[in-house]
Amino acid sequence: MSENEFSATPWLDPAAKPIVQISNLTKQYDDATAVDNIDLNIYAGELFAILGGSGSGKTTLLRMLAGFERPTAGRILIDGADMTSVAPYERPVNMMFQSYALFPHMNVKQNVAYGLRKDRVPATQIKERVQAMLDMVKLSALANRKPHRLSGGERQRVALARALVKRPKLLLLDEPLAALDKKLREHTQFELMNLQDELGITFIVVTHDQEEAMTLSTRIAVMNDGRFEQVGTPGEVYEYPANRFIADFVGTINLLEAKVIDSHSGRVRLQCDQAKTELVAEFPGQPASDRQHWVAVRPEKIFIDKEPPSADDRTVLKGVVLDLGYFGNLSLYRVQLAGGLVLQVSAQNRRRSAVRTLEWDDEVYISWDIASAILLSE
Amino acid sequence: MKNEANKRWDGRRRWLRYALIAPYLWLLLFFLAPFIIILKISFADPVVALPPFTPLIDWVESGLDRIKFTLDNYAFLFQDRYYAIIYLSSIKMAGIGTFFCLLLGYPMAYYIARQPQARRNFLLLGVILPFWISFLLRVYAWIGLLSSQGVINNTLLGIGIIDKPLTLIYNDFAVYLGIVYSYLPFMILPLYANLERLDLDLHDAAADLGAHRWQVFFDVTLPLSLPGIVAGCLLVFIPAMGEFIIPALLGGSDTLMIGRALWDEFFINRDWPVASAVSVVLLLILVVPMMWFQRTQAQQSGEEQ
Repeated sequence: MSENEFSATPWLDPAAKPIVQISNLTKQYDDATAVDNIDLNIYAGELFAILGGSGSGKTTLLRMLAGFERPTAGRILIDGADMTSVAPYERPVNMMFQSYALFPHMNVKQNVAYGLRKDRVPATQIKERVQAMLDMVKLSALANRKPHRLSGGERQRVALARALVKRPKLLLLDEPLAALDKKLREHTQFELMNLQDELGITFIVVTHDQEEAMTLSTRIAVMNDGRFEQVGTPGEVYEYPANRFIADFVGTINLLEAKVIDSHSGRVRLQCDQAKTELVAEFPGQPASDRQHWVAVRPEKIFIDKEPPSADDRTVLKGVVLDLGYFGNLSLYRVQLAGGLVLQVSAQNRRRSAVRTLEWDDEVYISWDIASAILLSE
Repeated sequence: MKNEANKRWDGRRRWLRYALIAPYLWLLLFFLAPFIIILKISFADPVVALPPFTPLIDWVESGLDRIKFTLDNYAFLFQDRYYAIIYLSSIKMAGIGTFFCLLLGYPMAYYIARQPQARRNFLLLGVILPFWISFLLRVYAWIGLLSSQGVINNTLLGIGIIDKPLTLIYNDFAVYLGIVYSYLPFMILPLYANLERLDLDLHDAAADLGAHRWQVFFDVTLPLSLPGIVAGCLLVFIPAMGEFIIPALLGGSDTLMIGRALWDEFFINRDWPVASAVSVVLLLILVVPMMWFQRTQAQQSGEEQ
């Protein structure tokens, strides 16, 4: 649909008008603050992921967007209209529940038609739109089945169709793929993205699964303790984590505790006692020398070999292979450094070979490009 | 080692088999056997003797003499309009009583099911608490409340709201009150069990799709609680239909209920055969809705699988 052309990065365009504006949003329960003074703009056509562990407040945020919870303070604007105290049934928002919440006493067709019936859409139109929706999610053949006679994947599609048939401005998805098995999840992930692309409806996905958030979304907000730790594209969040929490939460990362020695021209020299060595990392500006820092390196950024690497500008450490795991496409190594610290290294198995080049207890050199190391503070 | 375990398991299975016999034994002893006796009496003729009915089979020394079998008692039930009226009146009274139980019990069950766990248990205890006192005593207590010299009338007279006592007792109103009071827990408990299991996401989903509060109730809650409604209604209707104590203690002379008719037939008229026929017909009237209930239940559980 060419009419739904959006800028690829509307959040960078100051003239772009967000479809969802959340400002100073707070939800306080008797003894806990679930959502703590959050600000967020989401733009039309985005597939926005809210990523967080259990108790991070992500579900409360979603329920406030749907209208099931009243905020303690702050405002929610959807397409410019204040929705803060509007009832769920009057919002241009639909939700796909984690449990799918399909009405067990209605068949697939009736489930999908329910929202249109409540809006008093003429019967002939309901029929057409439900049929079109069922075609889209490939469920036409099962239109007269009750939910208990559907598979997990089919139920998920009914739930999606039921939420989309009203053409909401905003679709909320609560852990949309959590109940599916791995193969189906991967497949559905791409289906979801295509569907979103086709319809141009803004999606907000709440998930605890960082992989799901990374592959699906245009942007991710990482939530912890009711606040956003970082909002950014999957690439930004993964490659430039704002702090230790994010680095640890999104993907796997090696953290080396270090103290700043000095810094000049964007490079910081640090002393790492755990590895009994000096480390160098890039950092714009001046890091506080009195604070605890970590040099963080992703496992796939580390190169492992029996010979010392020759290239410049690399951090090189010596260690022993403690553990190795063969995954077919890649191998994972756990390498113990001289100081006792264990780092994770992953290597692509580029060459076809049934013989391992590295074995347990092999002495190895691990190295990474200085630009690949991230300097993090608390 | 394995043999040991097997033996133990076999032993347990044998024990289990005996345990499974218990309910059948119970039904045989306390339901089927009495029913057969009543059925037998209903085919006999009344006599002034002890027992007050003719034997179905006469034995003489040489063997079987004759089988005496009559349908007169049933014919009598159908000829005398009194019985038709009394059955219909019982159905009406039990039906209205059940209706009011549902009207009162549904919101109560719904409310309890929506409370936090600890409060729920407390409220359920409140529902069951009356069972700790004998049913008979509780119905008697209503006499003290409702009679013309009773607590309610005295209070109202004392405040000056009324200047002569209200007729609260010995009429159909008092019987309805008694039925609703006595059988309300039987309505609340199955409804609670049903509503408590209801997935609250379904309410949210309906609201999300555009349903207002009452629409959510009529589109989702009510249809999904139908099995609970049916169970509660049968649990109230069936015992209320044959109720004797409530109409006897609280009802007026014109309150027609089958339980009282049975009592009169057995102990005042001493016509055991007709009384037996009355109770057999009553049982048939009750078995029909029971079987329907069993079928819907079976269908429901089939659907859930």
